[in-house]
Amino acid sequence: MSPKNMKEEPLTIFSPQLSARFDALVQKYPVKRSALIPMLLYAQDEVGYLSDAVVADVARRIGITELDVRSVASYYSMLRFKPAGKYNIQVCTNICCMLRGGYELFDRFREELGVEHKGITPDGLFSLEEVECIGACSWAPAIQVNYDFHDELDPDRVPGILDSYRSQAKAEGEAHA
Amino acid sequence: MADVTFTVDGKKLTAPAGTLLIEACRKAGIEIPSFCYYPGLSLQAACRMCLVRMAKVPKLQTACTTAVAEGQEFITNSPEIEQARKAMTELLLGNHPLDCPVCDAGGECELQDMTFKYGAGETFYAEAKNHREEQQWSPAVFYDRPRCILCYRCIRVCGEGMDVWALGIENRGSRSVIAPNQGNRLDCEQCGMCIDICPVGALTSGTYRYKTRPWEMHHVTTVCTHCADGCKVTLGLRQVDGAAEIIRSDNRDKSGMNNDFLCAKGRFGFDFAGSEQRLSMPLVRNAAGKLEPATWEDALRVAATRLTEIRGARGGSAIGVIGSNRTTNEENYLLQKFARTVLNTNNIDHERTTDYAAFARALAGQKGKTAGLRDVAFAPAVLLIGGNPTDEHPLLAWALRTDARLSKARLYVANASPIKLERQAKATLRVAAGGYKDLPAQLEKGESDFAKAVLAEESLVVVFGEEFRGADVANLVAWGLKRGNVTFAYLGDHSNSRGAADMGLLPDLLPGYVPLGQPAGFSEYEGLPTAPGKDLRQMLDAAGKGELGALLVMGANPVAKRGLDPAALKNTFVVALDIFLTETAEFADVVFPAASLYEKSGTVTNAFGDVQLVRKGADRAGVKSDFEILVRLAGEMGANIKALVPFGKTAVMGDLGQSRGVQSGEADRHAVWLAANGLEPRLSPFDPFAAFDEIVRLVPGYDLDRLNLLSGNDVRAEIGAAPGSALSTTDAIAPAHDGLFTSGTLGRYSKALKDIQEHQERELLESAAD
Amino acid sequence: MPRLVSHPDEVKIISRRFGQGAEKIDRYIELGGYESVKKCLAQTPDWIINEMKASNLRGRGGAGFSTGMKWSFVPKQSAKPKYVLVNGDESEPGTCKDHLIFLHDPHSVIEGTIIAGLAIGAKLGFIYLRGEYRYLLRIVEKAVADAYERGFLGKGIFGTQADFDIITQTGAGAYEVGEESALMESLEGKRGIPRIKPPFPAVVGLYGGPTIINNAETIATVPHIFAMGAEAYSAVGTPRNGGTRLFCLSGHVERPGVYELPMGYNLKKMIYEVGGGIRGGRKLKAVVPGGSSTPVLLPEEIENLGMDFDQVGKAGSMLGSGGVVVIDDQTCIVEFALRTISFYQHESCGWCIPCREGTDWLKKSLKRFHAGFGTASDIDNIRYLAENMLGRTFCPLGDAAAMPTAAFVKKFRKEFEDHLDGKPCPYAKEGVPQLTVV
Ligand SMILES: Cc1cc2nc3c(=O)[nH]c(=O)nc-3n(C[C@H](O)[C@H](O)[C@H](O)COP(=O)(O)O)c2cc1C
Ligand code: SF4
Ligand code: SF4
Ligand code: SF4
Ligand code: SF4
Ligand code: FES
Ligand code: FES
Repeated sequence: MSPKNMKEEPLTIFSPQLSARFDALVQKYPVKRSALIPMLLYAQDEVGYLSDAVVADVARRIGITELDVRSVASYYSMLRFKPAGKYNIQVCTNICCMLRGGYELFDRFREELGVEHKGITPDGLFSLEEVECIGACSWAPAIQVNYDFHDELDPDRVPGILDSYRSQAKAEGEAHA
Repeated sequence: MADVTFTVDGKKLTAPAGTLLIEACRKAGIEIPSFCYYPGLSLQAACRMCLVRMAKVPKLQTACTTAVAEGQEFITNSPEIEQARKAMTELLLGNHPLDCPVCDAGGECELQDMTFKYGAGETFYAEAKNHREEQQWSPAVFYDRPRCILCYRCIRVCGEGMDVWALGIENRGSRSVIAPNQGNRLDCEQCGMCIDICPVGALTSGTYRYKTRPWEMHHVTTVCTHCADGCKVTLGLRQVDGAAEIIRSDNRDKSGMNNDFLCAKGRFGFDFAGSEQRLSMPLVRNAAGKLEPATWEDALRVAATRLTEIRGARGGSAIGVIGSNRTTNEENYLLQKFARTVLNTNNIDHERTTDYAAFARALAGQKGKTAGLRDVAFAPAVLLIGGNPTDEHPLLAWALRTDARLSKARLYVANASPIKLERQAKATLRVAAGGYKDLPAQLEKGESDFAKAVLAEESLVVVFGEEFRGADVANLVAWGLKRGNVTFAYLGDHSNSRGAADMGLLPDLLPGYVPLGQPAGFSEYEGLPTAPGKDLRQMLDAAGKGELGALLVMGANPVAKRGLDPAALKNTFVVALDIFLTETAEFADVVFPAASLYEKSGTVTNAFGDVQLVRKGADRAGVKSDFEILVRLAGEMGANIKALVPFGKTAVMGDLGQSRGVQSGEADRHAVWLAANGLEPRLSPFDPFAAFDEIVRLVPGYDLDRLNLLSGNDVRAEIGAAPGSALSTTDAIAPAHDGLFTSGTLGRYSKALKDIQEHQERELLESAAD
Repeated sequence: MPRLVSHPDEVKIISRRFGQGAEKIDRYIELGGYESVKKCLAQTPDWIINEMKASNLRGRGGAGFSTGMKWSFVPKQSAKPKYVLVNGDESEPGTCKDHLIFLHDPHSVIEGTIIAGLAIGAKLGFIYLRGEYRYLLRIVEKAVADAYERGFLGKGIFGTQADFDIITQTGAGAYEVGEESALMESLEGKRGIPRIKPPFPAVVGLYGGPTIINNAETIATVPHIFAMGAEAYSAVGTPRNGGTRLFCLSGHVERPGVYELPMGYNLKKMIYEVGGGIRGGRKLKAVVPGGSSTPVLLPEEIENLGMDFDQVGKAGSMLGSGGVVVIDDQTCIVEFALRTISFYQHESCGWCIPCREGTDWLKKSLKRFHAGFGTASDIDNIRYLAENMLGRTFCPLGDAAAMPTAAFVKKFRKEFEDHLDGKPCPYAKEGVPQLTVV
């Protein structure tokens, strides 16, 4: 009665490349489920966040319930269930960065972007997040934009960083056009 | 495992090596507080309430995960431990809303108890508490995160115990919450086990929440009225205007065969008893052909007069009697005796959901070959043929899962379609449609891996159901008897279907499957007709042909069940005893408002032959037990009540004016038997235990362990008839196939079950849609 | 790109290939790489383990357990496969050394993993990197692929009969997953909740098989031990504290950076000479010697403090993960304590009551306290809470939160009192708003 009937395999929501990567990933480990966390992260990289469809697709690929997937995903702070900006700016304010101006840096980003912690700019280009130590303590203060590190920063470098991503986005847009 | 000796607080204790310290201590009367530890579920070591000091170990250890070994020394009662416990309750209370005065769990909350016993007198916590709105996950289950102490019992009982896995944890740290499988809704078996196991008021029940305070209730332990597994339930009752209303049903009394378990029906499906649709006055069809309320006197008179007339004019064979799968053994026994000795008819049957008569015949002359539910629950190997216990026998399914999980029992499943219990199975066999009857031969050949594995078992419990009838039952049982060390459980539906058959609600068999032709002890029945009667279908056919003068239906609804055209009953005088105006009662000429199982006393027998005591819990104005109604009806018909119900010391009974006396030249056998057993006669003819005594005296297989039964334990009844018993017809059998949220006609009057069913149907639709 | 630093006092063993292009396999080999594993392939597991014991290498992940001992706990016979796990979750605030190893010398981790596998009889190793280290994961993945291509990994490695495989894995943001059993859970695709011990990973670990788990730096050190010899390696450090370690100097020093110094190196010297002293000529107020979970030390406590596990332990703190966080006299300790506890509150897995509730409570109290709404009893309550978490949690994260908190209150009580009665934080800077705290 309660367990849902296994449904027909729906088409995947992922790109052919990612889909192929996932096919390989579930084979890679002694146990299929070991692929779960990387899959979620890679899916998020492609889709932007863990939408219901992502959760369902990943659950099906691994053969676990969606509840299991949510339960695991919600544990990890890099995984999110809501979209972020194209460039997610993660400012470390943990002790070493704090001692060297992490909060001043964070405030500068807030001002420049006009958003708060976990906020997204109206154009969807940037989101801002205050994060825990990112492993760059000796080069503090440090941030990550998506997966890129920027270290030994000071607030005055904030506009330049933002500009570089703006032009990157623009270049990409033109390349697509 | 070998015993080891260790010391706790200087006391020498002995326990098998590997025993958990917490269990060893509890057995020895040393209290160790715990939240997350729950016997039979996986270990968590999460709540840290059970910390103890172990010699030579720097950190405190959790008693719930420490396996005892030779020579260990523990301290559980030092200031250090006291402080650890106190601090743990303080930490828990830090974020806990102290809304005990309105919390459902108030008064029976483990956190309250723990704080009282081990906690701090005052709180120094000054911070704002984390808030989250309460959520409704289903009609049955509500979750209040602030009250949740994250002991994970609910998750484990749902996953490990129920094998449903509908609950999980989301987020981490202090943001952790228990989450249901459909985002904010629960798609599950709605058993409410999670609610029951929750030590605090975080999970609450849709039927109970905010209804009352625990101390305003009194509790009565009885037997669930729904399926044929016979869970012990504890009814929480509240006194209202002289009546007692059920406001909760749970399993706080864990002494039953069901131990921790109750399904949705047992836990939430009690509300039919309080339904506004309950009959509360007798009804008599008036001249205009309409049912109208009547006094008991009038209704009894009308019924008695017509029945007497018809019996007189057309003989007992013109009267039919249909009994119930939910009334007590005593009522069923009385009904058949009333039919046979007062109405002078063997036209008696009930909605047979399985072929117990064939089972009895197959086991003729055998003893100890049936398995009780406890036997199944602890069997090393079980062969389950057909059926789907998860839906139809939830307790059996629980017992099988638990047996497989905790005792590594081997379960073999042979079924025509996939069932959920296959997840616990060591081997499964897909049986061809209609192929069950060939199974014994197939097993015996031992060709398939499945058969080989089954044959390799030293002992086996074979559980099967209505897929086997008549000769097929005989074949299967014969196979098992030949193998030896095989016991059987044969499944029927509803809380007392086994009792109905055992008590002789059959046209050709007396109680205990005694053939009419050789009535043995029943020869003392006055005027027992000897010709076999009509079965249920034949009675209905006869009614349709105008050949049945009267039909007495007690707690059954053949009109709905058989899809009967009510016009078929227009020439028959119908008397109905029921708790609702069912489709059948609607066409009756006289309707008596009966008490439900939760409103009377007696015994019932589950499908496994476990007999349990039914205790009167609720009290409903205007209704009478079927037992009392039958006695009064018989009295009104001028029957010899003392012959019907053995009661009273003397031969005279005031108000009914009947006397049993000593039959010509014969001693009163019942009185002699009572004396020989050191028992007192019952004082009232309405006391069902008068019939109970006669059952014990006369019905083969019901020589029950009475002391145990009366003290609330389940006891075993045997099934088996004298060899050569007559064949009972099998074509009248109609299994109920009730699911988790249905329960025959009765279930339709439970709002709780209906709501749950609708919720689950919506979940099913949604899951089909995505 | 993190800046590399150097100082004459450094003894470059682990870092000797940093900045030399050794992430490329040819260059790694040129610089002597993959010689140690060849040496070990010709030896018995017992020999390898004995060498490791003799090296006095102690785990660089934080607890400082003897690596050779740990390896010797793995049963020789096992029905289930055995595994080597490299812990590159590096998330303890103050710690960024594994970062450099993955960046500059990934092959040393691969080589060390193979040697560990030979020692315990494992055929499969995992290198687990925290999710934030995506660019490092790419580097490690490339290195692994190159090693496969050369036949250093896979079937019959280095032309011998031995097989060894390595799988790389990414985390997704969770400090607690650095705890060894939580890491195994994570690697099995689950929430990072630690496991009940016993059984210990050496007996029942990943997928239920015997497993050794070591910090990435520990593993990267292994090939160097076999290259220079256990004796020589051990001789670099202090008794029972063999070799060097990567110290991550951060905070208010003039020259923060990751320095490789011998075990037992004087902390004061590390701050003032290697690190160039306190930034802007200010005074030292306190130092957190081994990552955020280690109790803070006062200037007077570091005068003669040698940075090895035993000496720092004796001083009432821990050498931990090698993150030396230097705090100057313009810093508010209450704020520092708050930021520290906020981290642990954020990272508590939530499994056990004392840690889940304790960190939440401490964070709230400290936040309120720092905002100027504290009362005198708060100070004792904070300490009471911290002390009542200590030693009672399911895993060491609870201790990691409680220990520093208790130390802050104990050693800086005066500063806590200065915040009382609505007084503004004495260190509040013009224009710097109250910290938001994630
Ligand atoms: C909360 C917590 C976090 C930890 N994080 C890490 C980590 O990020 N990296 C690491 O190597 N060890 C970490 N450890 C220590 C590991 O549990 C384990 O002791 C270590 O990886 C063993 O390696 P080693 O013996 O080489 O030090 C952590 C421990 C705890 C309790
Ligand atoms: S009601 Fe039963 S099946 Fe549903 S979540 Fe609770 S325990 Fe699980
Ligand atoms: S809901 Fe109840 S049973 Fe479930 S974790 Fe919370 S307190 Fe425990
Ligand atoms: S319906 Fe059956 S399984 Fe459910 S509680 Fe009642 S007796 Fe138990
Ligand atoms: S101490 Fe408890 S709650 Fe904290 S991280 Fe460890 S297990 Fe989780
Ligand atoms: S504290 Fe910011 S990177 Fe470590
Ligand atoms: S009962 Fe032992 S930790 Fe919960």
